[in-house]
Amino acid sequence: MLSKSSTLSSPATRLPAEWRDFLALTKPRVMTLVVFTGLCGMLAAPVAIHPVMGFTAILCIALGAGASGALNMWYEADLDAKMKRTAGRPLPAGRMEPQEALHFGVGLAVFSVLLMGLAVNVLSAAILAASILFYVIVYTVWLKRRTPQNIVIGGAAGAFPPLIGWAAATGRIELLPMLLFALIFLWTPPHFWALALFVRSDYAAAGVPMLPVVAGPKVTRAQILLYSVPMAAVAVAPWALGLAGAIYGVAAIALSAVFLVLALRVAISRETDPAAMKAERRLFAFSILYLFALFGALVADRLALA
Amino acid sequence: MTPPDPDPTPEVRRRQKSRALAMAVILGALVILFYAISIAKMS
Repeated sequence: MLSKSSTLSSPATRLPAEWRDFLALTKPRVMTLVVFTGLCGMLAAPVAIHPVMGFTAILCIALGAGASGALNMWYEADLDAKMKRTAGRPLPAGRMEPQEALHFGVGLAVFSVLLMGLAVNVLSAAILAASILFYVIVYTVWLKRRTPQNIVIGGAAGAFPPLIGWAAATGRIELLPMLLFALIFLWTPPHFWALALFVRSDYAAAGVPMLPVVAGPKVTRAQILLYSVPMAAVAVAPWALGLAGAIYGVAAIALSAVFLVLALRVAISRETDPAAMKAERRLFAFSILYLFALFGALVADRLALA
Repeated sequence: MTPPDPDPTPEVRRRQKSRALAMAVILGALVILFYAISIAKMS
């Protein structure tokens, strides 16, 4: 902890950090997807939640995700400084003291879990706490620097929000939110490995053992396709098992078919120049749209049924 | 804890003011949220 402070401090950090830097610590773009999937999990539940409690639950999910992001940035400031994509973040850029980021992250985590437990229910608070601990301890501290399977196991952290949203509304865990959890869990590897293929040099420079760095692009391309197939099956499962209606079923089949085609193109590509990796960039961009559209279709389906 | 600077520069003052404003907005929003939660729980 002391070495973090001493190695990252610079004259610029003598100025107090701006509120925008605290906001940047929460990774607002990642938070958007987390909030959206959490909201969809809540809206897909068969029980209507009081609007104030629903808002509070989503706020807690957002704050919990923000806390995870802040603690991740605190722990990985040395890695971030070595990568072009992340070098401008508040800590590596020297706009904030590491201790400020640590206090902010811990404070936000404790507050989000306490508020969820007191205002909504204990089950959703427990899952929120588990998701924060999983992201910070299992993924950031334990796996990320040690194994190319980091995002496979760590992907579970990002899969919790629909489960939390559902638990906030119902106070229970059922099959549908578990399928949504599995969907995000299986979606994470193709999503991140597509990105890692075209920013490989960044990860290599930072010494992060991402699959393309450790096993090479050929294995990574095959793994992307390998994870996309069960992901597509899990995406269609809610409709196939009668847990969702035709709107979701059609959307899941169409979107998953496009995903599989894009994953297949990545699998057969032999491109080595990151700047020319169009198939990988397309899959990465589509994977974000895929998750938004699929969860949106689930909510539309529920609203149509209601 | 660092002792307060007796003569902060205009940039430091601007940042302190902007952080204080952000904190005020957050605290105000929390007051409203806790009030709404209390009413919702009672109903």
